Amino acid sequence: MKVLMKGNEALAEAAVRAGCRYFFGYPITPQTEISEYLARRLPGAGGVFLQAESEVAAINMVYGAAGAGARVMTSSSGPGISLKQEGISYIAGAELPCVIVNIMRGGPGLGGIQPSQSDYFQATRGGGHGDYRLPVLAPSNVQELVDLTCLAFDLADEYRTPVLILGDGILGQMMEAVELPPVRAAAPEKTWATTGCRGRAKNVITSFFMDAADLERHNLRLQEKYRAISAREARGESYLTGDAGVLVVAFGSTARIAKAAVRAARAEGIAAGLFRPVTLWPFPAELLNRAALQAGAVLTVEMNYGQMVEDVRLALDCRLPVHFYGRGGGMVPGVGEIFREIVKLGGETRERCRVKPA
Amino acid sequence: MLEEILVAGFGGQGVLLTGHLLAYAGMLENREVAWIPSYGAEMRGGTAHCTTIISDEEIFSPVVEQFSSALIFNRPSLHKFEKRIKPGGLLLFNSSLIREYPQRSDIRLFPVPANELAARAGLDRAANMVMLGGFLEATGLLSPDSVIKALEKVISPHRRHTLPANRQAMLEGSRAVRTIARQCKAG
Repeated sequence: MKVLMKGNEALAEAAVRAGCRYFFGYPITPQTEISEYLARRLPGAGGVFLQAESEVAAINMVYGAAGAGARVMTSSSGPGISLKQEGISYIAGAELPCVIVNIMRGGPGLGGIQPSQSDYFQATRGGGHGDYRLPVLAPSNVQELVDLTCLAFDLADEYRTPVLILGDGILGQMMEAVELPPVRAAAPEKTWATTGCRGRAKNVITSFFMDAADLERHNLRLQEKYRAISAREARGESYLTGDAGVLVVAFGSTARIAKAAVRAARAEGIAAGLFRPVTLWPFPAELLNRAALQAGAVLTVEMNYGQMVEDVRLALDCRLPVHFYGRGGGMVPGVGEIFREIVKLGGETRERCRVKPA
Repeated sequence: MLEEILVAGFGGQGVLLTGHLLAYAGMLENREVAWIPSYGAEMRGGTAHCTTIISDEEIFSPVVEQFSSALIFNRPSLHKFEKRIKPGGLLLFNSSLIREYPQRSDIRLFPVPANELAARAGLDRAANMVMLGGFLEATGLLSPDSVIKALEKVISPHRRHTLPANRQAMLEGSRAVRTIARQCKAG
């Protein structure tokens, strides 16, 4: 049965059902409902909700709980995620599973509280120091906030890595009907966890290697893991791309607005299509290339001033002109604005973009 | 069918709840629904608005530029949003608080004295339910029973005793709209 839930609350409930029993966070708009919901929900589920004294404290509590083998989550928005970067780098270095949620708002600095996608670089380029990568999942509706939260916990455990869920203020605040997953049985035992070593060999969790050769070996192993994630976990969704002369690329809630613009363009006889990366890292380069097979031009639309567009260009290897349209600072692009951009490109490459009569 | 509905007024008038109930009732009738609030440093007495989208198909954009219908609860919201109603669309406004008549002549207008009618229903706070009843009467979009079922789900336990008055408020709203519709036909 479907229930009507706010994105933030649906994500929080999904986390509990996926086995998350520990949450450490610090409030910030537009994601505070996650904390609020878990403060009510976790104690009754035998878990712990803790509002830490700061984001830095919260992420280090996540580090500790993850080391002890717990399914653990923290959430924030851009300014708080910036504060957490040191901890995230440590957790990635120590190879611990956890889920981090960023419900983005406009930046830089304290910015504003309205929706944005301007943390794409921070999310996909590390953010913290050192050679690490985070799987980054980008939901575009409330159901996906639920489904990708469950996936995030599984990926985190499978690859022993922090996983980032990158949403935005629209998704966090909006309500849609969702199907919640059944409550999961306990997660598999983590034999590497530091749970007390009586009767077994000691487990050590660290990101510190004084010997350069040791640290290189550690890094090579991390890189091997990142290659495996890249090969197996890239996800994306195509809409009307089969004959698309103009391919729009967008993620998250922007992709929904772009989808409406693509539909409007189709109604005008322009063969537009949409490709939506679901994982931002690994970036679904192969899927994008497949979606762009018939394209004469690509239009990347983001709620920022051009971040994912760099990955789009890299993935397409500059074979196609890649244009960009973005709004920032908490302003959301309208269907009409994107439609007009599509029409411009549809005009430039008219021959290739018109739908052929049946 | 794609209905993109704006509900706007003061914080505390039940603006967000009205949109929530529409979305909930839509879900109960197996439609696709989305509810998007304005969020910000808003408080009781400040302005508030939300959008509810009800559709037979997947809802693409959660961001609406032009609304098919608007339920406007106060004067500042009328000024802010009157221009953003689609030609041929519908505007239901709370004539208890909005003493001026909207400028638009290309939309259907329904003045509803929501505060007075709520008082008559025995629950001053239910002006939003009067508006909701009027809106459903004007559009036939959803069954009033679905809205009542939705209200039963979302209302806090200590407010359950207000359910009959809420139902009465919806009836007052729909009666007011019926009367206007009859007058329009006659006039």
